[in-house]
Amino acid sequence: MSEDRATVTIEVDGREIQAKAGDMLINVTDAAGIPIPRFCYHKKLSVAANCRMCLVEVENVPKPLPACATPVNDGMKVYTRSPKAIAAQKGTMEFLLINHPLDCPICDQGGECELQDVAMGYGGDVSRFVEAKRVVPNPDLGPLVSTDMTRCIHCTRCVRFGAEIAGIRELGATGRGEHMRIGTYVEHALNSELSGNIIDVCPVGALTSKPFRFRARAWELTQFDGIAPHDAVGANIHLHVQNGKVMRVVPKENEAINETWISDRDRFSYEGLYSSDRLMQPMLKDNGAWREVEWEEALEAAVNGLRAAMGSDSAQFGTLIAPTSTVEELYLAQKLTRGLGSGNIDHRLRQTDFRSLGDHPPFPWLNGAIADLEDVDAALVIGSHTRKEQPLLAHRLRKAALKGAYVALLNPFEVPLSHDAEQIAVSPASMVAELAAIAKAAGVKATGDLKKRIDGAKPDDRHKAIAQRLRDAGHGRILLGNLAAAHPDYVLLQALASELAQTVGAGLGYLPVAANSVGAAIAGAEAGRLPGWKRTDAAALDAGAMLEKGLRTYLIAGIDPELDCANPAGAVATLAGAECVVALTAYRTPTLEQVADVMLPMALFAETSGTYVNGEGTWQGARGVVAPVGKARPAWKILRVLGNLLGLEGFDYESADAVRSELEAECEGFEPAAGEIELGDAALMLQNDGLVRAGDVPIYAADTLVRRAGALQHTPDATTGFVSLNPTEAARAGLADAREVRVTQGENSVTLPLEIDPAVPDGCVRIPAGVPGSAGLGVPFGAVGLEKG
Amino acid sequence: MNALRNYIKSLFLLELFKGMSVTGRYLFRRKFTVQYPEEKAPVSPRFRGLHAQRRYPNGEERCIACKLCEATCPALAITIEAAPREDGQRRTTRYDIDLFKCIYCGFCEESCPVDAIVETRIYEYHFENREDAVMTKDKLLAVGDKYEAQIAADRAAQAPYR
Repeated sequence: MSEDRATVTIEVDGREIQAKAGDMLINVTDAAGIPIPRFCYHKKLSVAANCRMCLVEVENVPKPLPACATPVNDGMKVYTRSPKAIAAQKGTMEFLLINHPLDCPICDQGGECELQDVAMGYGGDVSRFVEAKRVVPNPDLGPLVSTDMTRCIHCTRCVRFGAEIAGIRELGATGRGEHMRIGTYVEHALNSELSGNIIDVCPVGALTSKPFRFRARAWELTQFDGIAPHDAVGANIHLHVQNGKVMRVVPKENEAINETWISDRDRFSYEGLYSSDRLMQPMLKDNGAWREVEWEEALEAAVNGLRAAMGSDSAQFGTLIAPTSTVEELYLAQKLTRGLGSGNIDHRLRQTDFRSLGDHPPFPWLNGAIADLEDVDAALVIGSHTRKEQPLLAHRLRKAALKGAYVALLNPFEVPLSHDAEQIAVSPASMVAELAAIAKAAGVKATGDLKKRIDGAKPDDRHKAIAQRLRDAGHGRILLGNLAAAHPDYVLLQALASELAQTVGAGLGYLPVAANSVGAAIAGAEAGRLPGWKRTDAAALDAGAMLEKGLRTYLIAGIDPELDCANPAGAVATLAGAECVVALTAYRTPTLEQVADVMLPMALFAETSGTYVNGEGTWQGARGVVAPVGKARPAWKILRVLGNLLGLEGFDYESADAVRSELEAECEGFEPAAGEIELGDAALMLQNDGLVRAGDVPIYAADTLVRRAGALQHTPDATTGFVSLNPTEAARAGLADAREVRVTQGENSVTLPLEIDPAVPDGCVRIPAGVPGSAGLGVPFGAVGLEKG
Repeated sequence: MNALRNYIKSLFLLELFKGMSVTGRYLFRRKFTVQYPEEKAPVSPRFRGLHAQRRYPNGEERCIACKLCEATCPALAITIEAAPREDGQRRTTRYDIDLFKCIYCGFCEESCPVDAIVETRIYEYHFENREDAVMTKDKLLAVGDKYEAQIAADRAAQAPYR
């Protein structure tokens, strides 16, 4: 529709410019590099034209026109600096400054303020205003955004951001004229996972970053590029550094990946770099007591531990590495593990179902560009709390939904969304049956175990509607999320999704669990996969088997075992029983002190150079921009030195780039293929008897860094654990008036606060995983017993 | 001819007497030597000596941590760290002026929007350790407290010209 618009020629300040008819004048001048001052206009938001700052003179029009709301016409002559335009701009500026306090020295926006800059360029030098200025009380918007509403100029960018991008109308304007106020009306903390972006869109100092408040000035900061290490988007960010410390994170524009937005998790997680439990010095356990040692001694102890594994039975050695590690770290970890003669390496720590998918399963990636998600006509998301798992991918899906796409979700509980969607919320044990019903409605032909599932399904109207919409879609997409990945019947869900996708002609994609899940698969840090995702038949244990069987020696990198593993209680017990555990870790935690024998302090994102491969398969490199704290060292260097000391071949890298080049050479010719799923034995693991736990990982519990980001841990989304039931189930379990519940899962039990939530379906109890409260429990999906605590 | 003139000049020590006449003239003029430290020369209210930080009459420190002085300092002598105070106000947690770096240009005072950092008339100070040359916030405030009357009078005298 927009493609066949006529090209017109306009003249701006005597310069001829080609433009598409109907484009707004300000778009055209911005593209041509002609400055026009503005406050309310933002290229990603709708046009409001309420600040009047972009007034320009147009020939044959009696009054100045706002450039942001004036479409271009052929032969239009525009003057941005004519006496009439200047008078209009100066007048607007004077009005805007009437109620704006002139307290730039104490304002956090001072030095990077659009109002300051525009007043400098277009305003007068003296104010004629002598009357009293208005004062507006500041609403408390929670721990992330601090407010100074007296400074607000009512551009409504934040209001439009909430309505159009975040999809939650949290901020609004009440009152008119001088009495207009921006606020939440009923005071509450912002609940959107994208709320931090209102700090960037605010042109003045009305909305500023609370953790960064008064810490530094814009001119003191040095800006470096970085990659956000939290989700499969790999948002491009700018790190602002002062005196060797990351002071804040702001988005870097990249239309293909994060547009101009980043999630709050990407923005505020930097606080975790300076958490009080950072490990500053290598530590060694001597007869049960920890002592700080120098690197030489720690490395020697680590090497002795690993060499013992090499000497005896190398299959008794295994490596567990966080999927948030860089590609270089993942590659070196697998090289070290395989160099020691063991195939036991895995990054899929939260996965529980590792049954075989045949020889050529589909590559676990998004299966398409991130930006393509905007253009889907129909999408079925299986097991994902999209907004809290993948905030920016959810934003793309929302854009598609607003354009009319049909979005359906199959989840173990109803998730809050910011767009229309068909939601099927069933107990985790019924998820396979529900998906089979959709598959049956779509007419999937299958064999073996899958056929049994499909034949047994009873599709109702909803299933038929979903199947129909997927079949009708020109661009359909089936996405498997983190809740599916942690499901005990993951292979069944994958197989059904794959068959369904083939039958209806949709693409099958995965919402990768962590920042570098795709990178880990490519780097070969996966059981049975060599670099370049090449299959190997060498004996290998996956993460689940490694922790279930109990090996003699472990190397763990970048994980908190009690929070990052699928079965926290089991993982801690297994690691504690191991002969030697070498831990590369950025943090010193009681659990690591209990299970590890050597702790080697590693650098985190922003402190180490490395590459992240995002969900769409883009390799994005980032440099280390600050020195690691204390004596911490980049993990790739630690692994390199361990390789050297163990006498392994090919560990003579001089830079992270050298590691990456080697991996790139090994990945030559790698194409993420569509693949074919062949189920082996695939019995239904999760049976529908009694209450079944659904354990999602809350947004601010996803990885070691974000768990220690102070401000994020005070948001409404942060939790230390709870039990959530619908009112009927609560009454049935005799917990209607209980405040605390004793949860029993297998041999483990913990006491957690009870929340009644109608979004949880019958037969299901939602107990988040990855949080301290549930660290004493087992796998995220399984039968649990509840009693009054 | 020239040789003869030079000969006479040197024979009668004319240059010497010329010089001595200057000495003699000043011998009988009014003296302007000051017997420092018993006597002191007058100091202008514009004098740029030791720095001080001022307070408002109610005892509240003036400095709001806007960091303009730090930004304008040509010698990079000022180091400021800021954070919200318990009551939420913008305040410095550290304000150091390294007097070895300072060139006493007075830009910090000129840039200050709240007249917090000032250069006083004080020029009599010394350090016994190198680290004493760093004027911390406490020391600056102490100087300000001690000489507030003088500082305020000097600012008032200068007000018409600023």
